[in-house]
Amino acid sequence: MTQVFTTLQWSDLWFLLEGAWKTIQISVVSILIGTLLGMVFGWLMSLKNRALTFGVMAVLDVFRSVPLLIQLILFDSFIAIAGFPMPAFWSGTIVLIIYTASLVAVVVQSGIEAVPVGLRNAARCLGLSYWQEMRHVTAPVGLRTAFPSWLGVALATIKDSALVSAIGYVELLRASQILNTRTQESVKIMLIVGLIYFAISYPLSRMGARYEQRQKS
Amino acid sequence: MIVLENLRKSFGELEVLKGINLTVDNGEVVSLIGASGSGKSTLLYCINALESIHAGKVTVDGIDVHAKGTDINKLRQKLGTVFQQWNSFPHLTALENVALAPRVVTKKSRKEAQEIAEKQLVHVGLGDKLNHYPSQLSGGQQQRLAIARALAMEPKYMLFDEATSALDPELVGEVLDIMRLLASEGMTMIVVTHEMSFARDVSDRVAFFKQGVLAEIGPPEQVMTNPQDPDLQRFLSTIG
Repeated sequence: MTQVFTTLQWSDLWFLLEGAWKTIQISVVSILIGTLLGMVFGWLMSLKNRALTFGVMAVLDVFRSVPLLIQLILFDSFIAIAGFPMPAFWSGTIVLIIYTASLVAVVVQSGIEAVPVGLRNAARCLGLSYWQEMRHVTAPVGLRTAFPSWLGVALATIKDSALVSAIGYVELLRASQILNTRTQESVKIMLIVGLIYFAISYPLSRMGARYEQRQKS
Repeated sequence: MIVLENLRKSFGELEVLKGINLTVDNGEVVSLIGASGSGKSTLLYCINALESIHAGKVTVDGIDVHAKGTDINKLRQKLGTVFQQWNSFPHLTALENVALAPRVVTKKSRKEAQEIAEKQLVHVGLGDKLNHYPSQLSGGQQQRLAIARALAMEPKYMLFDEATSALDPELVGEVLDIMRLLASEGMTMIVVTHEMSFARDVSDRVAFFKQGVLAEIGPPEQVMTNPQDPDLQRFLSTIG
């Protein structure tokens, strides 16, 4: 009788780490570009232009409200049907970027709005232009306020990147599922995978804690 | 010279400035007094264009503040403004607070800007707090910081909007002292204040506002000791 299941081997750990590397890649790209885009959207919404805010909000609300898994599958299917198939990495990353941007936008908007109007007026009264004031006062003060929430979004993005496995991209979670099927040692594998996710997220969360500590002192 | 001609300003239905005419000469200190909501602060904000106007004209050294082509950022460098809330930039030290505008607006080198900042901080008595953050300063010190920050742009005029109203009583004196110092140095100042002793002792002229109208104006000895307007008489007796 041929053996269907094989036990877990050291080379499998390497397979998982490869998956982890892909998780890191997709997360870093999504967080970076998503944050930049989110800053632009957040700034647009802080302008208090009703039509603009309504337009931006309407679009972002869609991405915030529809489960990421559904967005991934719909987008991946849609581009395939439309005749522009792309590697799962990119279709997954694009969706994750927009999803992250829609969350960052709200964080940035509230950060900007947390800067007292008086502070901004004081800067303008010194002769600073709108952009000079934005660059030297509102951005540093507002983004500091927004940082803890942004960190939450970034950590969530790392974990949510696991959903990209649903469209066939072999990142950490998908890699673990493949191993699971072969070895049937799910508890052991999930433990390892959990540890790897922790190892990816922990430095970021430590960095945030240290930053906040420094702000307080 | 700052000239207001028939200045009108409304917030929705409410007209808060009903045709103000006022000329402030160079070197003059004019105090604006009157009940809250009489339009004094709004008037200051119309001078530095934080507020738009609905009719009339504001000119600073002959430049129409509210005209379309006016470079307001440039004009504001002449008009130092100090608010009721000191609005220190919380992420910058005292030195950086003051050095920011010289560095960013007038493109001074970092070193030059810091020298200006240090000079102005010494001027307002904060020479020993250069590297303190605003959170480490008292309200009075932060308000003096705000004055130093405005002075660093070498303004020709200073506008004070109830600069001492948000301070604890024991801290009011130190800020008034700096304002007195500036007046004695010949700075042109428009001061919205509830400090009647300051208005009496330091101003060249005192202007009484009521419900958006400049009801009475003149030298302090005339306006404050021999007021003609019955509302001013009442105002002085309640506040004095």
